[in-house]
Amino acid sequence: MSSHDKAAPGPTVIPFGPQHPVLPEPLHFDLTLEDEKVVGAIPQIGYIHRGLEMLVEKRDYLDYVHVAERICGICSFMHGMGYCEAVETILGVQVPDRARWLRTFWSELERVHSHLLWLGLAADAFGFENLFHASWRARETVIDVAEETSGGRVIFGSALVGGVSRDPDDETLRRCMKAIEPVRAEILRLAQVWIGEPTVRHRLSGVGHVSKEAAYALGAVGPMLRASGVDYDARERGYEAYGEIEFKAVVETAGDCMARVLVRLGEIEQSFRILDEVVAKMPAGPVAVPIKGMPPVGESWIRLEQPRGEVLYFVRSNGTRQLERFRVRTPTFANIPAMVEAIKGVSLADVPTVILTIDPCISCTER
Amino acid sequence: MSAIEKSPWLIHYDASSCNGCDIEVLACLTPMYDAERFGCIVTGDPKQADIFLITGSVNNLNIPVVKNIYEQMPEPKAVVAIGACAYSGGVFAECYNVQGGVAKVIPVDVYVPGCAAKPESILDGVVRAAQILAEKKKAMRKARRAARHAESPAQEAAK
Ligand code: SF4
Repeated sequence: MSSHDKAAPGPTVIPFGPQHPVLPEPLHFDLTLEDEKVVGAIPQIGYIHRGLEMLVEKRDYLDYVHVAERICGICSFMHGMGYCEAVETILGVQVPDRARWLRTFWSELERVHSHLLWLGLAADAFGFENLFHASWRARETVIDVAEETSGGRVIFGSALVGGVSRDPDDETLRRCMKAIEPVRAEILRLAQVWIGEPTVRHRLSGVGHVSKEAAYALGAVGPMLRASGVDYDARERGYEAYGEIEFKAVVETAGDCMARVLVRLGEIEQSFRILDEVVAKMPAGPVAVPIKGMPPVGESWIRLEQPRGEVLYFVRSNGTRQLERFRVRTPTFANIPAMVEAIKGVSLADVPTVILTIDPCISCTER
Repeated sequence: MSAIEKSPWLIHYDASSCNGCDIEVLACLTPMYDAERFGCIVTGDPKQADIFLITGSVNNLNIPVVKNIYEQMPEPKAVVAIGACAYSGGVFAECYNVQGGVAKVIPVDVYVPGCAAKPESILDGVVRAAQILAEKKKAMRKARRAARHAESPAQEAAK
């Protein structure tokens, strides 16, 4: 605003997105500004909507796993796994032990790579490109392990109704954990930058605050919820092998962008510990049970904790090979109200940072 | 590689993909694969871009966005469609809200296969697009020269 504009301007509406340099995915906001302050934000989604839930009516229920894995390319394995769990519940199938532990292994691997990806993008959002590149370099090692154990870099393709489709031997798993070791040290080094660097603190501390009550009332999930002080992690439900693993949800209380960073940094460290434990305790045995015939009539729903938060899957079967209904409620979708709350009151320059700290995944939000 | 005579600037847009190919596009820009060694820079501004990296099968809402980006890019330009989705709709081909491929909306120069496309093949696609870009540029120059030649005798006669 130039200084010779005498009349006080009214609110200005600025379109943000859908094609925006900081967003890898299209998301659109109408931001209402008063001077530099954002007073309102109206999100508009739909740029990635494909309609893949309806595809369940056309595909064989066993083949649909491949579509479920492509709900989102970042939490791909967990989407596949959630669908499988929901279908297995209807079928009344008990997954073999080794498959349960392998699922846990890949879930945690995915969490690490997703959080590293996010750390990079978030750094990029406030212009710290070096940090972006450092995070992504560390991530590549994790991706290599994913590729070696599952066969895919981002779309693992190892989820299967009744178990998993790949069986990396124990030797490979141990070797992978060794390969990942340097990443842990690298992440500790990156964490020092995130926590200690004054410029980073300046951009994140006290920005985009969401109170504990608001986070809970608006139905926030995942790191967004835990950063505001609510102790809730769907993994504590004990699905797959989580019931046999020691861990505690990472919780922060500040509720600002910095707290969300701290939660995710803590979760990376925690995931590494879980991975260690999983590899150490990996039971022997088959990795899948054969599934034959039609699913019985019935419905089920499943909750999982993805990197971005709790996700819900609902499946209804009508007794044929094509399921009747599949529904996903994804974490980003649940986090949008809290994000809108966090954006209010920040200055325009902080909008990308705040949007990024919820770790938006638009492609699963819109499916 | 000798065909690349300028630094191609890239623009990336996700036209209803699953994200898998997008994060691989980003991985191409980071130290492991480092597309910048080919002189590429990513820009957010279509008016400065030479190569359009597009993923996803294009849905009804983003058709205008895709067209808009494409039209704002100056000539010569090249389009790289990344992933099975961008080719035919991929796994989503039968969904009600997809167009089934980028080529339904804008002309495509290079297709990168895979679901998800691997960074190596995306880099290959970018290099090929840079070559196509150089050829298009040559053709444009030639056409301009030819147009000038065609013009000048007429001007002579007018005098
Ligand atoms: S081609 Fe496959 S990985 Fe790439 S965006 Fe489409 S579904 Fe996702």
